[in-house]
Amino acid sequence: MGSDCSSVVAEELHVLAVDDSLVDRKVIERLLKISSCKVTAVESGRRALQYLGLDGEKSSVGFDGLKVNLIMTDYSMPGMTGYELLKKIKSSSNLREIPVVIMSSEKVLARIDRCLEEGAQEFLVKPVNLSDVKRLRDIILQGYENDEDKGYQKRKLQDLSPTSSLARDLTPLKSASASASAQQSCLKRPRL
Amino acid sequence: MERNSHRQLANMKKSLFDQGYLDQEQFTQLEELQDEANPNFVEEVVTLYYRDSARLIQNIEQALAEKNPLDFTKLDNYMHQFKGSSCSIGAKKLKNECTQFREYCRTGNGEG
Repeated sequence: MGSDCSSVVAEELHVLAVDDSLVDRKVIERLLKISSCKVTAVESGRRALQYLGLDGEKSSVGFDGLKVNLIMTDYSMPGMTGYELLKKIKSSSNLREIPVVIMSSEKVLARIDRCLEEGAQEFLVKPVNLSDVKRLRDIILQGYENDEDKGYQKRKLQDLSPTSSLARDLTPLKSASASASAQQSCLKRPRL
Repeated sequence: MERNSHRQLANMKKSLFDQGYLDQEQFTQLEELQDEANPNFVEEVVTLYYRDSARLIQNIEQALAEKNPLDFTKLDNYMHQFKGSSCSIGAKKLKNECTQFREYCRTGNGEG
């Protein structure tokens, strides 16, 4: 095991990228795709919350059942900053487990501290490059690995509880693989 | 024929790097994101950047025209956006100009 996580996990990370800059969205999307991640890119914190089903309205709008494994958001955005988005996510029982990475072209220490204190996984200085993205991906994947080893039983119970949001998130990914693996995914913590 | 245009392109790039207009490292990163499946990535990003920049520049010109008084906050915001996307493209000189401009905004230096 150890370093080679990607060979163990069959599926890809689904990343929600939030940035008001069209140029940056395009670049981050490409970086993520090259790193074998599925990407959904939105232009604002509000859109992001809508996508995540957290804006008070019914979650059907924009929520295509694909669980988000990582959120990467720009810090400075009009309306809702990345920091505000981070806070909203961390105060939601459904979503707080999702790692949130903040990106900013400005390296302001107070800002970095504040984000990390609020629970950000990491603070990346723009421009973000491929090695940053790959490193992040590996960290997140490793996190899933560790959870698997530790929380097998606990996850099983949570997964099957009808009231748990995880049950909703478990909407089976439309994979081509046999039903055997579908059964497996019910028992184990859903990878991605 | 093709080799010529390749060489021309290489020379052009080099001169942009040398003159500090383009950040070699960042631009190279972008080029590395291009491949057979996405052969036009760099072109697409740069096109987006031009379009975005044109819009921003228009906004900035408008803001500068509203002279009395100059809305430094608005200008600063535009500059921040401009600087951000310039960074991603590797438009080094532009980015530096933006930084300078923002300094002027911060100090309320209308003349600058």
